[in-house]
Amino acid sequence: MQTEIQKEIVIDIQGLYKSFGDNAVLRGVDLQVEKGENVVVLGRSGTGKSVLIKIICGLLSQDEGSVIVLGEDVKNLSNRKLEELRLKVGFSFQLSALYDSMTVKENIAFPLKRNFTQLSKKEVDDRVDAVLNSVSLLKSKNQYPAELSGGQKKRIGIARTLVLRPEIMLYDEPTAGLDPISSIEINSLIHNIKEEFGVSAIIITYDLVCAKTTGDRLVMMFDGVVQRQGSFEEVLILTMKGLKVFMITTLYK
Amino acid sequence: MEINTVGKQKYYLSKRMDGFFTNMARAFRFVLEYFAHLFRPPYEFREIVRQAYKIGVDSLPLISLTGFIIGVVFTKQSRPSLSDFGATSWLPSLIGIAVFKALAPLVTALICAGKVGSSIGAELGAMKVTEQIEAMDVSASKPYRYLVFTRVTACIIMVPLLMLFTSLVAMTGSYLNIHNNEHISLATFIAKSFDKINFLDFKASLIKALVFGFTIGMVACYNGFTTTRGTEGVGKAANAAVVTSMYLIFIEELVIVQIIGWFR
Repeated sequence: MQTEIQKEIVIDIQGLYKSFGDNAVLRGVDLQVEKGENVVVLGRSGTGKSVLIKIICGLLSQDEGSVIVLGEDVKNLSNRKLEELRLKVGFSFQLSALYDSMTVKENIAFPLKRNFTQLSKKEVDDRVDAVLNSVSLLKSKNQYPAELSGGQKKRIGIARTLVLRPEIMLYDEPTAGLDPISSIEINSLIHNIKEEFGVSAIIITYDLVCAKTTGDRLVMMFDGVVQRQGSFEEVLILTMKGLKVFMITTLYK
Repeated sequence: MEINTVGKQKYYLSKRMDGFFTNMARAFRFVLEYFAHLFRPPYEFREIVRQAYKIGVDSLPLISLTGFIIGVVFTKQSRPSLSDFGATSWLPSLIGIAVFKALAPLVTALICAGKVGSSIGAELGAMKVTEQIEAMDVSASKPYRYLVFTRVTACIIMVPLLMLFTSLVAMTGSYLNIHNNEHISLATFIAKSFDKINFLDFKASLIKALVFGFTIGMVACYNGFTTTRGTEGVGKAANAAVVTSMYLIFIEELVIVQIIGWFR
């Protein structure tokens, strides 16, 4: 008898709709993420990629459809339950969103002190040092965000979410605005996080190198829906063919 | 064609009304949340103290200067009118009533609205447009408790203290002027200043300052928290924080004076 190993689904999105006024951004998105899987969501600006991950962590609420994260229906959670869920879902912002008035160390310790009040000062310091070490920025811990480069800010932003030991990471354009070297560092960091911590992730990007390096599966979004998904080669080859057809038909119309 | 225009106007009017009431409901919820946090420890004492210190240090130079000038100028300008009736000995009482009952709470509140309100509005506005508030939210760090509750509480604590300080500085300015001209002693000045002020007046001023502090903090935080449209929005939030606070302070002054009048 053939047995099929069923992988655990950590994010299950069905028929997701979201509009802002008359502008329909998401028009029926279906997406599943398995445990330990890195899913890259590709698409042009304005196709609702960032909106999608903001709905997943409860920053925005959908008009229709269901979003189940780690077995919890995000829309119907009480504030307390939503906070508990958010501790398991890390969010790395496009602009890093570091707290300007705090040092790197204070930035990382901030969510830890607020959510784990039972931790001693030494335990907090140890966890901050460990996570800074994992992003190779231990020596920057007393610097302020304004003194850091774009790539360093991104890494600190990721470290701040990692310190809570999340089960899922949501990366919003992690390599946007970075030079190629910093982009490679971020890509390898995302890859290492998956390997070391077994974290599942959704990576929003339009950077093909990032998609190729970090993703197990690619999801192509267009016009508020998932157009196609699969491996990097499958999606890209089909898309390039589609793009050629589109360009030729448009040019010779 | 005409029906179409009227229809459009109605549509836009209803849309604006809708927006107005939505904003009012959102603001009301924002204010209510403060009271919910008031009864829900733990409190961020360290941050409250830090904010209170910041408010005090920020406002102290301007408040000292304004308070002193008010005391001196008000005394100088009241003297001719009183001397016409040979009543210059009433100057300390007049200044005492004017400063404690009306000028100190109002002037302190207006200075704080300008100095503290704009600073909080701009700071939170900048945090909002750079997604720092969302970052706190997604890490379950309770941004309202850390950013709003602490700032509003600091304003509630500091505005009454600053009001007392303004009164003290204004009375000092007044005393120096009266001492130079009428040559009365400090003890006489103090006795005469407080002659016509009772405990109800003191309580009324304190209540006013508390309400003004709450208004300044709340309006500034709300405007910061609801900032949209990037850096342009930050400027607008700071401006709205000051202007709205000032309007509300004047309205509250009128209402509180009316209510206190019923208790006399």
